[in-house]
Amino acid sequence: MLPLDALTPLAAEAPGLLPPLITFGGSVNWTVGFLTTAAIFAIAALALNVQWGYTGTINFGVVAFFGVGAYTSALLTLDAPGDFESYVGGLELAIPIGWIGGMVAGGVLALLVGLPTLRLRDDFLAIATIGIATILRSIANTQEGLVNRARGLNGIPRPLEDSANDLGVDYDLVLLVLTSLTLLVVFLVVRGATASPWGRVLRAIRENEATAQSVGKMTTSYRIQSFVLGGALMGLAGAIFAHRIGTIAPDSFDNLTTFLVWTMVIVGGSGNNRGVMLGALVVGFVWFGLPLIQEELPDFLGTRVFMLRRIAIGLLIIGFVLARPQGLLGEEARVSRFAPRGDGGGGLWPGGLWSRIRGQPGGGAA
Amino acid sequence: MDALLDVRGLVKRFGGHYAVDGATFHVERGSITGMIGPNGAGKTTCFNCIAGSLMPDGGRVVFDGEDITGLPSYRVFRRGLTRTFQIPQELSAMTVLENLMVVPGGQAGERVADSWLRPWRVVAQERAIAERAHEVLAEVDLTHEAQNYAGNLSGGQRKLLELARALMSEPSMILLDEPSAGVNPTLTRRLVDHIQGLRERFGITFFVIAHDMDFMQRLCERLIVMADGQVLAEGEPREVLENTEVQAAYLGSVTA
Repeated sequence: MLPLDALTPLAAEAPGLLPPLITFGGSVNWTVGFLTTAAIFAIAALALNVQWGYTGTINFGVVAFFGVGAYTSALLTLDAPGDFESYVGGLELAIPIGWIGGMVAGGVLALLVGLPTLRLRDDFLAIATIGIATILRSIANTQEGLVNRARGLNGIPRPLEDSANDLGVDYDLVLLVLTSLTLLVVFLVVRGATASPWGRVLRAIRENEATAQSVGKMTTSYRIQSFVLGGALMGLAGAIFAHRIGTIAPDSFDNLTTFLVWTMVIVGGSGNNRGVMLGALVVGFVWFGLPLIQEELPDFLGTRVFMLRRIAIGLLIIGFVLARPQGLLGEEARVSRFAPRGDGGGGLWPGGLWSRIRGQPGGGAA
Repeated sequence: MDALLDVRGLVKRFGGHYAVDGATFHVERGSITGMIGPNGAGKTTCFNCIAGSLMPDGGRVVFDGEDITGLPSYRVFRRGLTRTFQIPQELSAMTVLENLMVVPGGQAGERVADSWLRPWRVVAQERAIAERAHEVLAEVDLTHEAQNYAGNLSGGQRKLLELARALMSEPSMILLDEPSAGVNPTLTRRLVDHIQGLRERFGITFFVIAHDMDFMQRLCERLIVMADGQVLAEGEPREVLENTEVQAAYLGSVTA
């Protein structure tokens, strides 16, 4: 069993932030680090939820938008290239500007990809988006003088690091708070957009594009809008990721990242914004959390954890698609935040927790 | 004669096959006009060309004095010409109410920025749209299903939802594709009353495709008969149905 008694003094000071159940093994640091990672991926999952969960647009190139955001923010905030480095940018701008830049870059990429491809049938779009991710990774690896090729970018500045040091606060905790606050803002923005007539049009397109057109909606325009919003938020997630780990290289952004985000959306419940954040926590734990508690696991698991987590992700997808296609929290029947209460409007916090956990027969994950 | 819809020489080819081959007809304002004809006569293809779901290969479609030939369906819809589908195309994982609330055009909250920056406008508009949706639901007797998923409705109820969606937009003309197919006789009789009532009260012009002769005779004051992509006959239901050519097209040649 896992020892649950090993709270460090730091954790004891902030019990609200650190649920005791996931404070394994005497290391509070990994809990903080894990939650930060989960929050970053939750932003990406919310972004994919706009594209897939609401609009039904298949994006198998999540990592392309994530990576473009990461690189853009890094290049905007890094110092000018040193002796053995060659990359564009290095503008030494403030980190918030880097994040905004990462968002804009993700959105612009989505626009460029979306304009020609969103008229395609879904399966072609899926292939096109995988292709984009591969092409961009290949360019990053081979184009001299662009992003320092496979050597990657190092020393990406970390937000609020100096202030944290001055105040003597644990930096990881600062980063967790900052990331969580960003996640909260993204959640509110996404909820505002989706629990609205705009989101209703997106869902109509997902359910039946011909019907949406027949009632006067310019469906291609809406699909592009949702693709761009999703792409921008994926770019933001990538930007936060880059500043968090400090070093990025093209191979940090493999297709596995894409499918990790997809798994989060499927497990959490596509079409449900809170669901996909829960999915990020659950799937994030399987992927990022298990290796961190490797030593606490029984030997036969612990030694194979890096292999087993891949299998676990696959089993999660298969299991959920077969047994619970709507995900942990299914799409809600009452969606609009603006409609009168009795008419499907839920106010700010729709539905009871119980009805959400029981789930609704939503078609989002089908 | 005041033609709300005027179709001249409409042509639609699929490969070498002429689904519609120079059909010319009109629908008078305020009328309930029916289109009949054997399977494969090109009725639904006509509808698709008029409503913008298909691009015609030839001919003209004039609606309310304006040429709408080849306009995409969302633009045809915005001119007040709306259609229903032969096989109901409900939005399954959305509630019946939402199926209707999505319809009105130019909603403030359909621009994504509005729900972030001007939520109060969206709230006010949603109230009005929900009210309108409830009126329409009452019109087709679906009030009790408002919060049900559209995917849970019965076949007949889905037909009614198709009609409700068309009504929701306050159109000047509705194209109904097979509204009576798969609907039980009681509901079919009510459907006739519904449609005639809607025409009386709101002045909506109806253009209807159906196979059920009994239904069409009771519903329509004019019938257009299609065969092999062309108009074979048109006129009052009784005289059209007594036409021997029409009978031959429908029942097969008597002499064969």
